[in-house]
Amino acid sequence: MSYRLRVNPITCDAHGVCAELLPEFIRLDPWGYPIVPRADLPADLVEHARLAAAACPTLALLIDRPRRRHG
Amino acid sequence: MTAVVEMRSPAGIRPRLLAGLHADGPTDLVGHELTFGPLPLDMRPRQLIDTVERSGLVGRGGAGFPTGRKLRSVADGRRAAVVVANGSEGEPASAKDRFLLTWAPHLVMDGITAAAHAVGATEAYLVLHHSATRLGAALQAAAEARNVAGIDPVPIQVVGIPDRYTSSEQSAIVQYLSGGPARPTFAPPRPHERGVDGRPTLVNNVETLAHLALIARFGDHWFREVGAASAPGSMLVTVSGAITRPGVYEIAVGTPVGQLLMMAGGPAERPRAILVGGYFGAWLPAEVAWPVPMAHAALRAVGGALGAGIVIVLPESSCGLAETARVVRYLSEETAEQCGPCMFGLPALADAMIDLAFHGGRRRAAEQVATLIPLIEGRGACRHPDGATQLAASALRAFRPDAEWHDRVGPCLGVRRRPLLPVPASAEGS
Repeated sequence: MSYRLRVNPITCDAHGVCAELLPEFIRLDPWGYPIVPRADLPADLVEHARLAAAACPTLALLIDRPRRRHG
Repeated sequence: MTAVVEMRSPAGIRPRLLAGLHADGPTDLVGHELTFGPLPLDMRPRQLIDTVERSGLVGRGGAGFPTGRKLRSVADGRRAAVVVANGSEGEPASAKDRFLLTWAPHLVMDGITAAAHAVGATEAYLVLHHSATRLGAALQAAAEARNVAGIDPVPIQVVGIPDRYTSSEQSAIVQYLSGGPARPTFAPPRPHERGVDGRPTLVNNVETLAHLALIARFGDHWFREVGAASAPGSMLVTVSGAITRPGVYEIAVGTPVGQLLMMAGGPAERPRAILVGGYFGAWLPAEVAWPVPMAHAALRAVGGALGAGIVIVLPESSCGLAETARVVRYLSEETAEQCGPCMFGLPALADAMIDLAFHGGRRRAAEQVATLIPLIEGRGACRHPDGATQLAASALRAFRPDAEWHDRVGPCLGVRRRPLLPVPASAEGS
């Protein structure tokens, strides 16, 4: 079971809070919008990701429900 | 502005969608019924869906999703469904949907009614761009005639949407019909789960529905008599550029690109590259494209895309980079202004492409383009930004020697040629 992050690009306003709270996983593009890897979130970052999602001013950072690992 | 459209008898196969077309005017209800006979609605909805699934019909709007599977998921919804026929044809180089709606409106409307029957819809819309006023009026009259004749259990409502490129996207149409702005929304939920007013909604391209009208009449075996087993049926294509007889043609799915171009009288000048799939497609060197079948899988295998069946021939005297730069500029001005990577990334990509094409890249423009592409791709709510990046990336591949020349030396002579790819007037001036 593992979590993934997703950004709602319509509500995201490039505040950059997520990249500040989760720099190990999220970086910003030249325009200040988060680049979120499509890979599974490392287990030790899940709590930080929750904080980042809650801190987003537009609630644009989404944590997808755990999915079963394939293979 | 758009491709020249002339009525042509499609070479190669007997016309299906375009059967019964007359040079003296659009097919009215009488002519339509004389050609195709009545639309049978006595089949059980599930039977109709099974038939469509067996036919192998996939969407003709560009994405190529299996129509039967889409019908089934909408029919499985708990609430009463909605059917939306997308006739807004946002692609400037495509003319086939307008052609079909103009000349064979009742075939599309039969398809809407067949689809409504299959999914148990209680509402049905036919969507066009606002600016298509004359076509809209003609379709309204056609819908009236059908109501008088009592053909459609669910009356078809003709609706205009704003002219912006991204408003043709299915989630934008759904949001607009629900009373919101005509802009794409963040998925999931997708329209078949929660569409117009939260109801399961079938959004299909008008050509797809016209095929559905024929499958409901003649069955899946008949549909598969044309085309390949893996990509059956016929399709409409729009051919333009340096071609002897530009226009809309009906071909068997899987007809090689070169054969289609020979049907259209052959190239008017030696071709350098071919843009297959329109502005959501990709440039292919002419000799690469020539033998490739007009089918989703075959074109994907060579780095292309079928899209909505658009084929544009670029002559050797034109500059593919200049053509691409103008189109990317246009696409950058047609964003829905919702998602940052698209809203800011596409103008940056357009600037870099224009630098490369027209201003001499100073040895860094091609690299700049290549750097921007992965920063934009896949980061919008809809596929609009991905279309622009795919086009730009394919231009760098297909015109690599030109790109190197532009970057080191400066613009080639081709940039002075009259633009070949249509870009609607509102977005000109780059």
